[in-house]
Amino acid sequence: MASVTLENIRKSFGRTEVIHGVSIDIADGEFIVIVGPSGCGKSTLLRMVAGLERVTEGEVQIGGMRVNEMEPMDRNIAMVFQNYALYPHMSVFDNMAYGLKIAKTPRPEIAERVHATAKLLQLEPFMERRPRDLSGGQRQRVAMGRAIVRKPDVFLFDEPLSNLDAKLRVQMRLEIKQLQRTLGVTSLYVTHDQVEAMTLADRMIVMNKGIADQIGRPLEVYADPQTEFVAGFIGSPPTNFLDASGFRQGLASGCKLGIRPEHVKIADPGSGMATGDVVNSEPLGGETLVHLRLGTGDFLTVRQEGAAPVPAEGKTLDVEWDTAQEMLFSSDGQRL
Amino acid sequence: MARVPTSGMVEKKGISLWTTHLGLIIGILFIFFPIWLAFVASTVSQPEIVSPPMPILPGDQFFENYRKALVSGVNAPVARMLLNSAVMAIGIAVGKIVISLLSAFAIVYFRFPARRVFFWLIFLTLMLPVEVRIVPTYEVVAGFGMLNSYSGLIFPLIASATATFLFRQFFMTVPDELAEAARVDGARPMQFFVDILVPMSRTNIAALFVILFIYGWNQYLWPLLITTDPSMNTIVMGIKQMFPSGDDIADWPVIMATSILAMLPPIIVVISMQKLFIRGLIESEK
Repeated sequence: MASVTLENIRKSFGRTEVIHGVSIDIADGEFIVIVGPSGCGKSTLLRMVAGLERVTEGEVQIGGMRVNEMEPMDRNIAMVFQNYALYPHMSVFDNMAYGLKIAKTPRPEIAERVHATAKLLQLEPFMERRPRDLSGGQRQRVAMGRAIVRKPDVFLFDEPLSNLDAKLRVQMRLEIKQLQRTLGVTSLYVTHDQVEAMTLADRMIVMNKGIADQIGRPLEVYADPQTEFVAGFIGSPPTNFLDASGFRQGLASGCKLGIRPEHVKIADPGSGMATGDVVNSEPLGGETLVHLRLGTGDFLTVRQEGAAPVPAEGKTLDVEWDTAQEMLFSSDGQRL
Repeated sequence: MARVPTSGMVEKKGISLWTTHLGLIIGILFIFFPIWLAFVASTVSQPEIVSPPMPILPGDQFFENYRKALVSGVNAPVARMLLNSAVMAIGIAVGKIVISLLSAFAIVYFRFPARRVFFWLIFLTLMLPVEVRIVPTYEVVAGFGMLNSYSGLIFPLIASATATFLFRQFFMTVPDELAEAARVDGARPMQFFVDILVPMSRTNIAALFVILFIYGWNQYLWPLLITTDPSMNTIVMGIKQMFPSGDDIADWPVIMATSILAMLPPIIVVISMQKLFIRGLIESEK
């Protein structure tokens, strides 16, 4: 168990800087999710913590000790890869035991630890199988088992669920969360899926183009995004962005007004804050998403209860919202 | 791949099935006939061969001729030549595989100065068969005092661009994450190589072993040059050495017995490793 500290981490490939200074203190046992679109540098950040990528500038500390120059094995971390990276010619048992064998752990202890981990992950019936004889979910578990069995200080997950089908993903998400709670190991988890980020994280880092746009508890990030990017990335359907000049006076040009779909209501005709034509409606059962094109040309999504009547395409509607829920962003995307 | 007559892309029945088989059988007989003649010649006595017509059915001298070949031969006992050939062929095959595995590992997984230059240098040697560099190589081997020795037979033929290239292509298909996972597990580069890369390449290794064993076994020119001592002759060149010079009489039954014996080891290697060999050529396990 250990805390992890990133101090103004930068990474350049040649002359191109891809990570522009990320800092965070991660407490012992905390579950941190790094979330962002592809190419934002989230995997690179994780790989620098793992020691698979050199840190160009800044410092990585694990358990209060600088580890920049250490090999992955000496950092006492364990990593779960996106494609699992299981050794194809080894049985499940050998896959899990390999790290311990290299560390020259005594044989009886290896067997004991591997079997305890296998029990935890319900892998016991598959110990003698090869990875290619396992399903995707089982391979995922073996990859997790390989990480757990070493009793590392830090778990690193690099999009571990993205190769699984939707149903299995939800199930494994819950299992990972429970496992992390049970084991209490500090974890960093990279994903592009904001639902995974919201559900798993104690705190999340929202990355955008190599910058940590916001670090905070999921609900805080959701309720109070610091940048236009975070407001648009976290939450589904995403936040509506409207030209702020139509609603507020005295703002610099280019300012945007953000309002989440669930805060917008359909108002009585003639009494709304804005008017638009229905482009289409998506009834999802529990809720209905109504997409409008406003008079200004902006698009706006309204989320309403599934029981409410579904407006027909082309119908003109008035909408309103609580001004307290409005979020204002400057032209460079910062929250005002 | 066994063809079932009632299915398949082109369905063949009755006469066309028979003609197909007839064609194949004639083809096989055509290829097999010289070998059969050699076998027949190795089982009869010397006068029977030289008096036409040549016999086409085996005689009664089988044990006599083969015993004579194996124990005394013409210049050296064939048993000795078989041993020499086996040492050379296995030495070349194993040596080539070990060296090309290591060099492919270096080229694919390590970044060192002039890595590309080294790769192309290795690649260039593909254009230099033994015959082209045979005089300087002989000079070097003679200088090291390796004439008439196993090391002289093996070492000059051990570098292999083909095998290096093949392993390089295979290693490049191994996902990077596997190397990273091993690194996180604490494996040092050579541990990764021995524990993961080599076992993953085993079908490729088997396929190469078959090819290289036969390559080594069939070497003719090089052993001919550097072995002057009959006890170091390999069997393929030894057959030629058995031909008499001048007016001596060729001992054809023994020569033919030697030919047959020379064919057996490659056949045994191919048949016993056939399954792995074919898997190595068609499948890549990841």
